[in-house]
Amino acid sequence: MNGADAMVKSLAAEGVEYVFGYPGVAICPFYDSILQTDIHTVLIRQEQCAAHAASGYARISGKVGVAVVTSGPGATNLITGIATAFADSIPLVCITGQVDSQMMGSDVFQEADISGACESFVKYSYIVRNAADIPRIVKEAFYIANTGRRGPVLIDLPIDVQQQTVRHFSYPESVNLRTYKPTVAGHAVQIKKVITQLERAKRPIICVGGGVHLSNAADEVIRFLEKNQIPAVSTMMGLSAIPTEHPLFYGMVGNNGKPYGNRAMNNADMVIMVGARVADRSISQPDLIMENKILVHIDVDPAEIGKNAGPTIPLVGDIRHVFEEFNKIDFKADYTDWIDQLDGYKTDARDAKRRRMFQREEDILAHQKDLTGINPVQFIRQLSYAMKEDAVYVADVGQNQMWSCSNYIARGGRFMTSGGMGTMGYALPAAMGAKVAAPHRQVVAVCGDGGFQMTMQELATITQYDIPVKLVIIKNTVLGLVRQYQHYNYKDRYSVIDLGTKPDLSLIAQAYGIGYLKLDNSLKTDSTLAAFLAEDKSMILEVDVDRDELC
Amino acid sequence: MSTSENKKEIKVFQILVDNNSGVLSRIAGLFSRRGYNIESITAGVTADPNITRITIMTSGDDDIMEQIEKQVSKLVDVRDIHELKPEESVYRELAMIKVRADASQRENVIALANIFRGNIIDVSNESLMIEITGNSGKVDAFIRLISGYEILELARTGVAGLGRGTKNIIYINDMRLGAGISDGPDRD
Repeated sequence: MNGADAMVKSLAAEGVEYVFGYPGVAICPFYDSILQTDIHTVLIRQEQCAAHAASGYARISGKVGVAVVTSGPGATNLITGIATAFADSIPLVCITGQVDSQMMGSDVFQEADISGACESFVKYSYIVRNAADIPRIVKEAFYIANTGRRGPVLIDLPIDVQQQTVRHFSYPESVNLRTYKPTVAGHAVQIKKVITQLERAKRPIICVGGGVHLSNAADEVIRFLEKNQIPAVSTMMGLSAIPTEHPLFYGMVGNNGKPYGNRAMNNADMVIMVGARVADRSISQPDLIMENKILVHIDVDPAEIGKNAGPTIPLVGDIRHVFEEFNKIDFKADYTDWIDQLDGYKTDARDAKRRRMFQREEDILAHQKDLTGINPVQFIRQLSYAMKEDAVYVADVGQNQMWSCSNYIARGGRFMTSGGMGTMGYALPAAMGAKVAAPHRQVVAVCGDGGFQMTMQELATITQYDIPVKLVIIKNTVLGLVRQYQHYNYKDRYSVIDLGTKPDLSLIAQAYGIGYLKLDNSLKTDSTLAAFLAEDKSMILEVDVDRDELC
Repeated sequence: MSTSENKKEIKVFQILVDNNSGVLSRIAGLFSRRGYNIESITAGVTADPNITRITIMTSGDDDIMEQIEKQVSKLVDVRDIHELKPEESVYRELAMIKVRADASQRENVIALANIFRGNIIDVSNESLMIEITGNSGKVDAFIRLISGYEILELARTGVAGLGRGTKNIIYINDMRLGAGISDGPDRD
């Protein structure tokens, strides 16, 4: 047995079923050994997408996603994917081939110091020097990636180590990491303090973040809301943890969120942040929003607590565990007045929105506004209802993401997007990974024509491996969000945002043998969506949207 | 968080890390990318060869100090970080100072060095090398004094420190050599 054999055996022992990757000489021993196992391999078309696909897989399966690429350019192409996963705390193990360990440091062909390059956005990294260490390192890597605050772990594996003889293989049953011991159980005293404050509070609100998905705690959080009738809002990363039309849910907060969600946060007297970083896009002024409030911050990562806002009650622990504890406690509180107030905000906002929508149509009819094409706001809503209830919705980055996150209606499905890093082109490869993880669920990726062209080569992968993905391309022929920024901040002085009208998406679809539909008449939205989603096979839906649409 | 009203202060942190490859760069990298100051940094192996002690002198306000502790603790290789509070700790720094001194000046320089309990560790026709150990204040004071002469070269090690007494020793019970590491010395 050699090091590569030990590596694939270790992956098999971890229960790895899928590896997304791209071989090259420096990782050839690995790809030779993997033939002996039952692990499926998916040849992606550019390494960045290996990490994105593994990320989509991890988000849906709850398991660690695995990407395996070669040294040098293979490894450096992976970097954007690793950074994207790190920003959203997604558990990955990324294995990179490396040149002969004796040659490392001498700038030989396809050598790159990948562990050095990724240092600031991996949770941990290894350079393997002895093949005998492989089982321990793999065990540790999976443990580190998928415990505490999740994140990517890099294993750099020189080719000579892959070829080294391993005399004895035994996969460790447990890890022995003296320095890494994440806190899982929330502190009982802090848990009690939160409940005591809730009893006193008049206007509490719970804000759920991506951590709720990562610790698989949505059901426990909803149980807590319903049992105690506490209203909730969500960050973009937390979307779909609570169904959009849940009576206690008041939308997404942040600068692209719902006005009533932000009003709810501002007027609350107690805010419970759950697995949310209090990052700039959700809470732009932590100082102000936390004035005159009790702030509870629940997170598995102690370093997030107090980083952006100093909490009154910090609570370190796994969210699922903490809410299981919360749910064991009965307490008396009545927030009916507060909920009435919030419902009022919601009605105000809906009326305002209806007025705006009505105004938009009137303006178009009166030729005040020259908007042609589909109204993206309406479209996303109709798409949400047309999709299966448990469908996975992968939003890309840009204007389309803003339309998606503020108009997608979660009905038991899952919303995911590149929230922290905002990586364009994430949707298609991540949707591919999600579909691999849940073959029986419908997976819909929604992107713009800019993001689509960043990773469109993966159409070949989904076709080759028969991974059916429903791909909506909102085509406005510009980099919409940058254009919008230039509209507001540079007074319509547009620079380098024009994508042109090419490629012809129908021909792209034809080239890859994928079905294609086009939507340019809003009266046909429902029938087109029905045809688009009808069968479980890949399909591209081009949605023409006017470049002047703002989000 | 209101950072504006918090005052900048200097603190010394002792960090105990597993002696894995790249660990110093991980710590230094964390400080630089998050914009924490490093006034001085020293590293050296402890009585347990698997563990390295890193002493970092840093400056910043309370919030930054709190983030330093939390972010450093988060690194997988880090066993412990805690502040070496001045009242509970001893700090030492070593400086080597090469001063231009001919035969006529030699006596005076040596006399100054003696007052500070410095040692003369090299002599040539035109120069003297003085070794001085103490806390940073003492080293600073000596350098100010000796700068009346021409300082040719100067090397300072940065601060190393230990807590006083037996209170804050955190890993002594786990000091069995190589505890938890049984598969060879190369642990990357």
